[in-house]
Amino acid sequence: MTPPAPHETHQGSPLHPTLFGRLLSGFLAGALLLGLTSCERESRVDKATKEKILLLGNGAEPKALDPHIVSSVGDSNILRSLFEGLVAYHPKNDMLHEPGVAERWESNEDFSEWRFFLRNDARWSNGDPVTAHDFVYSYNRILHPEMAAPYASMLYFLKNGEAFNRGEIDDFSQVGVKAVNDFELVCTLERPAPYFPDVVKHTTWLPIHGPTIEKFGKMTDTYTEWQKPGNHVSNGAFRLTDWRINAYVKVRKNPHYWDVKNVKPNGINFYPIDNTFTEEKAFRNGLLHYTYVLPNNLISAYEKSGDPRLRKETYNGSYFFRCNVNEAPTNNVDFRRALAYAINQETIVNFVTRGGQQPAYGFTPPSEAGYHPPDMIRHDPDVAREFLTKAGYESGADVPEFTIMINTSESHKDIAVAIQDMWKKTLGIEKVKIENQEWKVFQQTVQDIEYQVSRAGWIGDYVDPNTFLSMWLSGDSNNQTGWSNPDYDRLMKESASISDPAERYAKLVAAETILLSEVPVLPVYWYTRVYLLHPDVKNWHPLLLDNHPYKHIDLVRDESEETPE
Amino acid sequence: METARYIASRFAQSLFALLCIITITFFLARLAPGGPFLDEKAVPEHLIEQMNKNYGFDKPLPVQYFLYLGRLVQGDLGPSLGNKGFTVNEVISEGFPVSFLLGISGLVIALLIGVPVGVFAAAKRNTGVDYGLMTLAMLGICLPTFVIAPLLGEFLGLRLGWFDVAMWENSSAWFLGALTLGLYYSAYIARLTRGSMLDVLSQDFIRTARSKGVAPLTILFKHAFRGGITPVVAYLGPALAGLIGGSFVVETVFGLPGLGQHFIKAATNRDYWLINGTVTVFAILILVMNFLVDVIQAWLDPRTQSKD
Repeated sequence: MTPPAPHETHQGSPLHPTLFGRLLSGFLAGALLLGLTSCERESRVDKATKEKILLLGNGAEPKALDPHIVSSVGDSNILRSLFEGLVAYHPKNDMLHEPGVAERWESNEDFSEWRFFLRNDARWSNGDPVTAHDFVYSYNRILHPEMAAPYASMLYFLKNGEAFNRGEIDDFSQVGVKAVNDFELVCTLERPAPYFPDVVKHTTWLPIHGPTIEKFGKMTDTYTEWQKPGNHVSNGAFRLTDWRINAYVKVRKNPHYWDVKNVKPNGINFYPIDNTFTEEKAFRNGLLHYTYVLPNNLISAYEKSGDPRLRKETYNGSYFFRCNVNEAPTNNVDFRRALAYAINQETIVNFVTRGGQQPAYGFTPPSEAGYHPPDMIRHDPDVAREFLTKAGYESGADVPEFTIMINTSESHKDIAVAIQDMWKKTLGIEKVKIENQEWKVFQQTVQDIEYQVSRAGWIGDYVDPNTFLSMWLSGDSNNQTGWSNPDYDRLMKESASISDPAERYAKLVAAETILLSEVPVLPVYWYTRVYLLHPDVKNWHPLLLDNHPYKHIDLVRDESEETPE
Repeated sequence: METARYIASRFAQSLFALLCIITITFFLARLAPGGPFLDEKAVPEHLIEQMNKNYGFDKPLPVQYFLYLGRLVQGDLGPSLGNKGFTVNEVISEGFPVSFLLGISGLVIALLIGVPVGVFAAAKRNTGVDYGLMTLAMLGICLPTFVIAPLLGEFLGLRLGWFDVAMWENSSAWFLGALTLGLYYSAYIARLTRGSMLDVLSQDFIRTARSKGVAPLTILFKHAFRGGITPVVAYLGPALAGLIGGSFVVETVFGLPGLGQHFIKAATNRDYWLINGTVTVFAILILVMNFLVDVIQAWLDPRTQSKD
């Protein structure tokens, strides 16, 4: 979620004097004669719409096409086209489920055991049937200690999942997943989870084809040939046909897919264009149906012209700053409160980020699931100053020097500078430094909690607020602040076995209230997805998680409408 | 005999330089803080340990170094950590042709523009034309590629519609990339050509030719050009290496799958084997180019050997 810093100007070109221009145009004319240009009237998008091939910008090059290895949003977009899990995403509503490989599912009374009934016509792209055993094999693989899958913790929901992953038990049969027969799968959970069907939609829960994995190496090998086109076997609406690093990943309709007659597109081309300005140009050039993002400083131009291709949608993510609660001065809870209330979130959203983000008054973004975080951290200079006094500082000048740590990026720097200024103006704190570190170094610093204040972003893995709140449990590997509160842990645990959403959310709100009153985190804004979408693309609905099930998306040119460009 | 010994000694020097580069890169990459397996969503410590074990990063560094050298001698550059399922050999062999095409086309464009401009400016020395062209060349040197590239994309790509602005497959965007590089290097070549042409034009044999009444154009192209172009030839080797290796910006702006992107991303991702692999390939490229230039110069002008 950190777009590269743009290096671009749109001022006039200085390269137009006569001789230079003539030489240049001479050469270009030569190039034209040689047929180097693609001057055909029909753009790539026109052609692709006719052929029903979706052309999608997809951020960075995928790290892998193995669901047990990847963790980025762009990678999971590709995987969602290739694989199908037990439960599938709904095209219109994050709260609804679509049957995937499982036709139906049920849980016991306290949501600690889930039974999935698999359809018997699901097939891998090589024609093999998809069975419950494939899921057991997959969960064994991702949890296997030798596999060292970076996102294995998503499967800690399963009973003994964590113990097996840590190598504390060797026998996978003790882990809470069993194939009762070919088409019935039982998941026994470590602790109840009423939202479990949401969890199993995540890429880490997708099945993989064991015989293919083992044709190219051991089950736990992470870098074998199986991911290559021609070798890759998947069970989703599409199968992999082509992959060139930094150029494209192409998937085409999987003829063995159980619901193939309802798959609308014939294929998808994913283009890894990580320069956001290039991506926007490619869209204007008719090379893409969709951009992964739109750079912040181009948004207002699209807004002013009322361009219908501009899309702005709420996204399930939170931008915030972590505080190290074990080190001065941020170990003082009143001092942290002073910092939190001195941040004017609205100013940041309206004048710094300018991407349509929502100012965050809590940590968890409000969701259509009906969860509303406690509205606690509203900018208030007087309250902020009161807390500063309470923290034992007569004035901001007495606060010892501390540092805001960010990863190197212009946009993070802008936000940090704005906050530094707010703390100075509101609280009179003079000695705040901003330090930036390169991405991988920054990760190490944050994990080791060797900072005082550090910037962070969190995108929810599923729609339930648990994906935001469980990270603040004592000792959670994503906590990274040193903060721990027994009441918080207790409330979170109690919430897990409550079936009534309203009642459960009340517990979670109580937990989040503790979090926000002790502020190990300083909320800044909730994410918004801003991108461009071609009018040919139909059935593309706003989704909080932005996980579009591609099989429903259609490509139709409305002849009545004037085509853009 | 003298020439053969010179070539042998230059070859040995190149090999030694290569070993130094490989060694320094290996240790620098490994000593840099951070690591390849860290991510925004925390990866538990026990998994990082296991990943280090899977890739052999748990062994002592000197042991890893010699294992690496052993594989390198066999031409095995190891697996890529950032592009799972691909070996560094595969990553490089996919990316290199793209960078090579960009580099060669860029060089051709640079020569087609730079040499005539330089010769012309030298012939019209100290006139408005000369000043104008050299000011332009100076601008060209000062304007970084990340300014030129988006401008070319905007005007030749979007406004005029002559070229695609991005992508590789069936796309003409690579030509804009080559043009960007070519324009940038043509400025250097123009200045270089002008300088050395002026040098030659002021020499005695040219004055003699002039006094004998040889036509100005004949002097320029028959007598002066051969001498004037030699420094440009010497510059071609390093220029080509620089063009092939230095195309990161152009590849990013036009979305081209060349080696330059890997070169930078490998470093930020701590993709250790890819860092070593790309640096080794670029080092070999630069050393080979310099070696060839040295050999050609030694052959053209025997004085070079004694100077070395």
